This record gives sequence, C-alpha cells and structure tokens, in this order.
Amino acid sequence: MSEKNIFDEMLGTEGQLRAPYAEFNHWFEGEDPARLRAKQREAEEVFRLMGITFNVYGRTEAEERLIPFDIIPRIIAAREWKKLSKGIEQRVRAINAFLHDVYNRQEIIKAGRVPREMIANNEAFLPQMLGMTPPGGIYTHIVGVDLVRTGDDDFYVLEDNARTPSGVSYMLENRETMLQMFPELFAKNKVQSIQNYPTDLRRSLAACAPAACEGTPTVAVLTPGVYNSAYYEHAFLADQMGVELVEGHDLRVVNGRVCMRTTRGYKPIDVLYRRIDDEYLDPLSFNPDSALGVPGIMDVYRAGGITIANAPGTGIADDKAIYSYMPDIVEFYTGEKAILKNVPTWRCSEAEPLAYVLDNLSDLVVKEVHGSGGYGMLIGPTASKREIEAFRRKLKARPGNYIAQPTLSLSTVPIFNKAGLTPRHVDLRPYVQCSPKGINITPGGLTRVALKKGSLVVNSSQGGGTKDTWVLED
Amino acid sequence: MLGKTANGLYWMYRYLERAENTSRLIETGQRIGLTRTGADDDEWRSVMKTAGVDQGYLATHDDISKDDVIDWMLRSKDNPSSVQSGISTARQNARLVRTALTHEVWEAMNGCFMAAQKTLARKVSERDLPTALGLVRQRTALVRGATHGTMLRNDMYNFARIGTFLERANATARILDVKYYVLLPSVFSVGSSIDNVQWETILRSVSGRGGYRMVHGNNTNPRDIAQFLILDKRMPRSLNFCARKVLDNLEHLSSDYGIEPKSLELAKTLVSRFAHNDIDVIFEEGLHEYIQSVLQAFSDLGRQVEIDFRFYE
Repeated sequence: MSEKNIFDEMLGTEGQLRAPYAEFNHWFEGEDPARLRAKQREAEEVFRLMGITFNVYGRTEAEERLIPFDIIPRIIAAREWKKLSKGIEQRVRAINAFLHDVYNRQEIIKAGRVPREMIANNEAFLPQMLGMTPPGGIYTHIVGVDLVRTGDDDFYVLEDNARTPSGVSYMLENRETMLQMFPELFAKNKVQSIQNYPTDLRRSLAACAPAACEGTPTVAVLTPGVYNSAYYEHAFLADQMGVELVEGHDLRVVNGRVCMRTTRGYKPIDVLYRRIDDEYLDPLSFNPDSALGVPGIMDVYRAGGITIANAPGTGIADDKAIYSYMPDIVEFYTGEKAILKNVPTWRCSEAEPLAYVLDNLSDLVVKEVHGSGGYGMLIGPTASKREIEAFRRKLKARPGNYIAQPTLSLSTVPIFNKAGLTPRHVDLRPYVQCSPKGINITPGGLTRVALKKGSLVVNSSQGGGTKDTWVLED
Repeated sequence: MLGKTANGLYWMYRYLERAENTSRLIETGQRIGLTRTGADDDEWRSVMKTAGVDQGYLATHDDISKDDVIDWMLRSKDNPSSVQSGISTARQNARLVRTALTHEVWEAMNGCFMAAQKTLARKVSERDLPTALGLVRQRTALVRGATHGTMLRNDMYNFARIGTFLERANATARILDVKYYVLLPSVFSVGSSIDNVQWETILRSVSGRGGYRMVHGNNTNPRDIAQFLILDKRMPRSLNFCARKVLDNLEHLSSDYGIEPKSLELAKTLVSRFAHNDIDVIFEEGLHEYIQSVLQAFSDLGRQVEIDFRFYE
C-alpha cells in the first residue's frame, strides 16, 4: 500500500503495521466501510453547521469553504513526541533570544554568525523595535512550527511560524469532531488531551501583561474583520478564551492606553492578541493607509502601556532567508546543537549556491523568501519544462528573493477514500505558547494532508485537508 | 461588551424579525389573492408598501405581477428586506457577534441560513410557497427559541430583545399606517364583504386572528381591531406590548450599568402614552396622524439606543 521508499506512519517502509497504530488498526478492521463513509459525510455537515469555514481571498462573501477533514487520525507515540517537543522548545527559546538580540545588542552579528545585511536589508526587520524589550521579554507568544517527517527518526523543521500562525482552531475542532463521532476510539487509545489550549493561551497571554496593567489583565483578539480568511478562527479563539474580539475601529488610544469601545465607554486592553500583520498595526508607524490597525498603538507599546502578541518585528525570525541560519542561531543562544534538523538550504543571494540551484532546478524546491501559503514556489520534480524555464527567468532577475531546498520525501499517513486506506503526504504544525512562566507545547498539533495522489502541497488554500493528531500517553 | 457587539446583536435580531414579518406579509398577500377576484395589483402594492419595499420594486420592474412581487419579497438579493436578504444579514451579524452567542443560537441561526439558501436557491412556485414560508417561520422561531432557552439574561440579551421589539413595532405600525383607511368609519358600509376581507388581512399579517377572537369573539370591527393592535397589552405584536418590552430591557440595562440614558426616558414616555390613550380618542384625533407620530417615536427611540450605548464611533 505504501509508495516505495516513502515512510508511511502507519505501515513504515516495509508495510509492517507500526506500534502506535496497533489499537486503531484493530478497531478499523472491525468497522463497516459504509458506516465510516456515512460518518465522514456527517463530519462535513457538522463543520458546515458550526461554520468552521475559511473565506477564499478574492471571492464573494458567499464563498465560505470547508477544509476537508479526514477521519483517519495521525498517531504519534509518546516517545516520539518527547523528543519532538524537546526540540521545539529549544528552537522557540533560541528564536526569542535571537529576536531580543537582533533588536538590542546584535551580538550574533558582531560574532559573525549572521551577516548584518541579512538583517538590515530584510523587509521583516522593524527598526521601530530597536532598543525596546517587550513585556516579560517575550516576542513570540504563539509559535506554530511546521515539521515534516521522512523516516522513523527523521524530523525536519520546514518553517518557524513566529508571526501569527493560524490553524489552531482546526486542531481543536478536529479533536472535538472525532470525540463526537468515535467515542469508542478514545476509550481504547489513551490520547493526550488538547482541550486546555484556549484556557492555557489566555493564561499565557495574561502572564505577559504590561507594567501599566492593574488587576486582572484584559485580553482581546484583534481581527481584520469578518471577511478575513481566518475570521472563523479569530472568533473561535476569542469565544473559547472568553475575551472580546475587536477590530481596529473598536479601538482608540485614550490617556496613553489602547482602549476598546464598550457599551459602557472606553476600557483599556492589556494584552492584544493581534491577527493582523505588522504593517497594518499602526497607520502612524507603518502603512499609513491601514484602516485595520490602531493609530498610536506603537507609542503606547513602547511606553509599556500594552502587550502586543506576537511582538511586531518577529517576522525577522521566521523569514525563509534567516531559516538557513537556524542551526547557528540555536547553537549561539542555547550552547547546544539543534535537536531538530533543518532542511539543507541554498541561499540564492550568494553566487555559488545560485549557480548550483540554476543547474539543478528540476530536482529542487524553490521558494520566495517572503512567500507563504505555498504560493510562488517551484516544485522542480513535478514542474513542466516550461514552468521551470519561466521560473529560471524570475530567479535570475531577483536571486535574493529566493531560497532552494531539496525535495524531501514527506511521510504519508493513510486517508480514507473510495479505495479504502490510501497513503497521502502530511506535515505537522504543533502550537507553542511562550510566557515568562515558561513554554507550553500542546501535544499534537495540526496535521495537514495533501489529498491529491503524490502531491506535496498541503496548504488548505490549495486543496489540502486536515486530520486529527494524536499523541499517545506513555 | 463592545459597542460593535451590541450593534451586531441588535441588527441580527431586527433582520431576523424582519424576515419573519415579510414572510407573513407574503402569505397574507397570496391568501387574499386566492380568496377574492379583482384588485389584485392594488393588494400586492399595499403589501409591498407595508414591507417598505414598493419603491425598490417599481424601480426595477415595469408592472406589478404576483409572481414578480413574491420573488422580490422572498428571494431578491437587490431587496435588502427580502426574506432571503434578511436572513443573510441576520446571519452575517451573527458571525460578527459570534462570541456573544451560545452555540445553540449560532447553530440555529446558521442552520436557518443554510436551509433558506437551499429552499430559496431557485424561484419558488406558487405550489411550493406555503412550504417555503413555513420553513422560514419554523427556522426563525428556532433561533428565537434557542435565544430564549440558552442566552444569559445580561446586556447582550437585552440588546437582542430591543432589536426584536423595535422591528416588530415598526412592522405592526406600518401595517396600520398603510391600512388605516380600512379601519376608519368609512365610506364603505360597515360589515360589507370587502371590509371583512381587509380586516382579516390586517389580523392575518400579524398572526392575530386567533388572539383577536379570544379577546373579542367573532365581532370583527375597526375599533376593536385598532384597539387590539395598538393598545392590547397581551397581544405580542401590539405597539403597546412592544414598547413595554423595550422599556423592560432598557430598565435592565440602566440598572445593570447604573445609568439613566436618554433612551430610557423616551421609552417611558412612549409607554405612558399608550397607557393613557383611549382608542376612541385616537380615532377622534385621527388614526393616521397618531400612527405616524408613533412610528416616529419608535424610530427616535432606536436611534437614541444606538447613541446611548455607543453602537458606532
């Protein structure tokens, strides 16, 4: 069933059932496929009724799409997870230290480990953040680390999402749906709970309250609005945390605090979990045309009147060009070797790597440094000659805009379709919360799955689906 | 709570109520059409006027035909007060205030929207009309039921209710405004068949026939109908009832917030006006003028609520 040489998380490379899937497989073999199919349809109805949808940019408002949900869980053993979470924690710690350093003493540059121009000329670098330390010293309150697996013990970090990682609502709703549809599975498998994520998040954000906060910190979620593709998630998180969901026009600076317009008047916010990009945050400091942000919020921030989560300027840490320096960054700040592997990366800004990339386009994945969502990239092995030539021209015109990586043979996990169990490539995005009280990693994360046969693109905007992700107890 | 959330709740329930009222008007219009001959156009014209959608219709259609009117009032996306538009707008507001709603309310609202999308996807034939309208009525009632059964009785609930009753008062007042002449001691001989049909139209449009009979028996006359729809404290769609409900909710808000907003004063004035009005005096002073001034008072009250509770910047 598994493709040759590709690691299937259920069946390995040799077609032998792997231990974490033993109980599940036993259950599955006793199930009637027709019943499961009916359940799969039922799940879709539930998602639609609950409004768990995303809006597609550039479409009319009526276009609310479902992210396809597959009922076969992705199962991770306790031992595997322990190692993973240690690696994630190390990496997130290093990212925070790196951000503080980059916006303050810049020792990593002085030590010659990261070139100055890599930082100074980077669009994601915000000079407005220089010389300030956010409340509690935390930059990345929420991180979603994208991981891929290529073998039994081989995990790679694909991307560190240190700005505003999305998808956590799907992690939670997928579990909720599985619990409702197949309660018996959870009686047989001891799956680590993820349901405290929203409570933990609120606590973690509150622990980062600024100096100006008096009493219990007031937390709010800032959304670009109801037409944003992730609006459902913004509303979901605010609802689950029991905090207000605000938009820019609900906010204004009053007496040196950022306040929200309530039915009783203006009330200060202590911690703002913003789901809008840096450049829209404050028309006075960044994009002057932004109607999404709050005029003057950066001044309040610098004066210690509010915590912005994640901090502005964190993009410098998850930038694809900086990514290639991550092993150095981890070592520089933690004094340890990185536990999680980095994908070998060629920086097209440098002459020698560029020459190699141009010679090997058909074997490589080439990505835009600032791209996201799987757009603007070339997947060499599946691209046509014409696509490769077109990309070659783009690459030559602006080499600094690209990095290249080998195509990894991502692991597969079976999905349930007409043919029964069918292997499809997956990735994994665990979610991490940081506060001065510590780093908290929710066991599991969001498993995205490429539903098309052989496809490596798991992004929901391009036909990817999701799965519930189980981390088993010891 | 956010001013924006209060605004969203208020409009969610206003539009839900509007969708329901419009569906009731369509049903009445169709019913009248079935039971009498001639003057059909006039009847549909007045139905549209009551719903406040006649201008929009005439701007986009050459003549008045039953099918076109029904479609305009039921499904048209160009008509913001059509049943379909009302439900979509209510649901869009529900998405905006998702965090203020219980899961049950959200699911009922979203389910209502999904069912309406499906049923009203194509032109509804006359044969299927009763089913479609019944579905709308059922689905909107479900949202109201979930609201009633699951929402905390706090400020959010009060804003939802204020929206509901201001919209309802507006609907009842408009029916009276458009049809007032039917209730005047008129040129028609009282008790003629035309009058009876017209009176029944009025009661039907507010689902009030059963209630009226319980209160007034089979004696249908203009004075009692006007009394029933304007002043009766038990009739859930009467102007007095709606005003009292709004006052109740504003009193809750005021004591909760520890304030005396201007809207509370306006609501008190309105309620005491109904308490002191006698139906005979209303007729003496002019039913039409009276309804007009009540419509204005409700509209002022709504605007004041928006200001007092910071719906907008």
